[in-house]
Amino acid sequence: MPDQNAVIDYKLENGLRVLLKPVHTAPVVSNWIWYRVGARNEQAGKTGISHWVEHMMFKGTPTFPKGRIMLEVNRNGGVLNGFTSQDYTAYFETLPADRLDLGLRIESDRMANALIDPDEVTSERTVIISEREGHENNPAWALHEEVKATAFHVHPYGTMVIGWKDDLHQITRDDLYHHYKMYYGPHNAVLVIIGDIEVDRVRERIDELFGPIPAGPTPPPVSIREPAQQSERRVVIRRPGKTAYFQAVYHVCDGTHSDAFTLLMLEAILSGAGFGGPATHRSARLYRALVETDIAVDASAGYHPSIDPGTISFDGTIRHGHTLVEFEAALETEIERLKVEPVSAAELAKVLKQTRAQLAYTMERVSNQARWLGWLEMLGDWRQFDALENKLAAVTAEDIQQVARRYLHTSNRTVGWFEPTGS
Amino acid sequence: MDLTFQSYTLSNGIKLIVKENHYTQSVVIRGRLSGGANLDPPEKTGLAAFTTSLMGRGTARHTFAEINEIVESVGAMLRFNCGRHLTTVSSKSLSEDFDLLVGLMLDGLTGPTFPPEEIERVRGQLITGLRELQESTRGLAQLYFRESLYGLDHPYGRPFSGTLESVEGITQADLFDFYQNIHPHEGIFVVVGDVVSDIVYQTLEATLGQWQPDYSPPDPTVPSPPALTKRVRHVKSVPHKSQSDLMLGNIGPKRTDDDFYAAYVGDTILGQLGLGGRIGQIVRDQNGLAYYARTSLMGGMGPEPWSIYAGVNPNNVDRAIDLILAEVRRFRTEPVSDQELADAKAYLTGSLPLQLETNEGVANTLLQIHIYQLGDDFIARYPALINAITPAEIQAAAHKYLSDDIYALSIAGPMTES
Repeated sequence: MPDQNAVIDYKLENGLRVLLKPVHTAPVVSNWIWYRVGARNEQAGKTGISHWVEHMMFKGTPTFPKGRIMLEVNRNGGVLNGFTSQDYTAYFETLPADRLDLGLRIESDRMANALIDPDEVTSERTVIISEREGHENNPAWALHEEVKATAFHVHPYGTMVIGWKDDLHQITRDDLYHHYKMYYGPHNAVLVIIGDIEVDRVRERIDELFGPIPAGPTPPPVSIREPAQQSERRVVIRRPGKTAYFQAVYHVCDGTHSDAFTLLMLEAILSGAGFGGPATHRSARLYRALVETDIAVDASAGYHPSIDPGTISFDGTIRHGHTLVEFEAALETEIERLKVEPVSAAELAKVLKQTRAQLAYTMERVSNQARWLGWLEMLGDWRQFDALENKLAAVTAEDIQQVARRYLHTSNRTVGWFEPTGS
Repeated sequence: MDLTFQSYTLSNGIKLIVKENHYTQSVVIRGRLSGGANLDPPEKTGLAAFTTSLMGRGTARHTFAEINEIVESVGAMLRFNCGRHLTTVSSKSLSEDFDLLVGLMLDGLTGPTFPPEEIERVRGQLITGLRELQESTRGLAQLYFRESLYGLDHPYGRPFSGTLESVEGITQADLFDFYQNIHPHEGIFVVVGDVVSDIVYQTLEATLGQWQPDYSPPDPTVPSPPALTKRVRHVKSVPHKSQSDLMLGNIGPKRTDDDFYAAYVGDTILGQLGLGGRIGQIVRDQNGLAYYARTSLMGGMGPEPWSIYAGVNPNNVDRAIDLILAEVRRFRTEPVSDQELADAKAYLTGSLPLQLETNEGVANTLLQIHIYQLGDDFIARYPALINAITPAEIQAAAHKYLSDDIYALSIAGPMTES
């Protein structure tokens, strides 16, 4: 388990936050750069722009022409990726320990020098639309998009990270370049390096490579607030298909609120502690109530803490021969049970042990350790990591009951049904 | 790289490999036994998968719900699965719970009861899954690619997870029958993690080692699949979709074939390096036609496919196929460049530390070494094996296995069937 004392936490003069942690268990290092930009920073008409900029970060700088970054990382025995979420954009390279310098050169270079070449923008437009069309083929994804858009009237969390298709047709090269220059400054980024490193040497190289990059503009704050939901919202997609899907979301607090820990425990009680390890959901309440009873082939609760107030979601795939009505009723029974009946001490103990095991599994990879620290820092403070187990252990049965009553009520939810036609 | 491990043989012939890793708090078990989907009777395709998914759902000692409660109360995972050739069992737990997991694993292997209510539950889940597959362009492209490549008369051409008809017809007696293909003869178990080798051996010898079924192991022989003699094209119409998926290719080498490494290095160049090698470069990077476009070389116990796949807009299917075929033609007729070869070798040899970072990664590597009898010094020899591959060997493998003229092609998407 990473302990706080082992993390070296400092800032360069240009504002770049750096978190370093030597871990000498394997000759591997993971290098992550996190930018505080995602779908939540996007305006109507430009949705999907953060994700598109992420794609353009692989399409060339004067030093690393298009295609070069992936090739160089592979050539050095490494793997890499980038991803964009509602709240942040992150890039990583996991490399043999003696090749870390390549990762530092790539990330410092594209923090300042991405070309966002107009021809590459044109070619990537169809790639991203193709990515979206691949998602659209999946009925559960299509339902999720509709439910989000219905649950949020004004906040950007109502849009999928990939963006609306019309926006993808209209976003220009200048839009992308402006977005890049606004959000990719060192003062808006966190560099996290965990692995088999010599701290002094790495610090020197960070100074040399990232130090000269100017701070850049201060991004505008996201001030928009979703108005409180007044009554239940429902959305139904009727489309040719063979399987019915259910999703409901309830508005909840932001990820730094103390209720967030209670929501994580509530999620674990309903569908097992996740935290990135192998699933442990088959003894959890939703599986028993919805899958063991043959109503669904899977059923889960999902809570991901977010910067602004987000949602907790409930998902299900309906078993052939059963109905969305049955699923919704059985789910409702489980949710009501949380409100009226305290969770037993044994159930609480079980999910805490699951949490301890899952965290131990996850931390076996340096890349996962770096991912956890970076993500918690995006959300507020990476030091939460050490407190995580204790804060979860401090959640009481009464807390769970109160949080269920506070958030899981009908007028605060959006229910989505995917009803297949023609089967 | 330290990949020293301890080998043992249990009384019933199961080979046990243990690698201690005290940097972690966990332990991973991976077992491989006889009995895979190749043994499914043609009219009962999906039987192996059905059988293994029932093995943890009721044993002489516990019900499914009890097993879940025990396993999940300690944050562990236990799964029985099957491949085309083998039955597999895997678990992960904190090392303090190792004995508990061994006990449950043994129950599942030696005493599954196949309770009727669990059979019906799984049947319903499999049927829902098969109905979902009918809506998945990527899943359908894969399904019909295999059927086109091997034909339904060969086990490799039949759907692993069965069909709506076959799954409807499978009975409890079928499951008990198939179970008798799962046998410790030539079984391999790998244990990696925060454990002590000799204690693991003692624990498994006293439990798994005493498993002596009163039935014989199955004959694992699979007939060689017939080679394609003409181009086979299968179009599956899935209306109302935004994207089409396509898969194209031929029968590739077995993992143990002499030219496997040439094909493997070649495949890295054709469809892996960077964003999908040459295929990704031409289809995605240069022409912007797809989000994913790459290759797959399976190289298993038998001659598995060597294929190219992509997800593209329905209007771009023909263009993508033309680009892919042109790349296949070039790959067969021109030697790869020295630079491409150097890049592929650097990647394949340089990424070993990453593969061996976790207990799962080490366990998978040790399993490969023992399933394919690659030798205890395989990791030490691996860089030399890869570095010895020449452009001429890659071209020979490309020529032997791939073709831009005779190949199987399947397309699933919103188009007219032909």
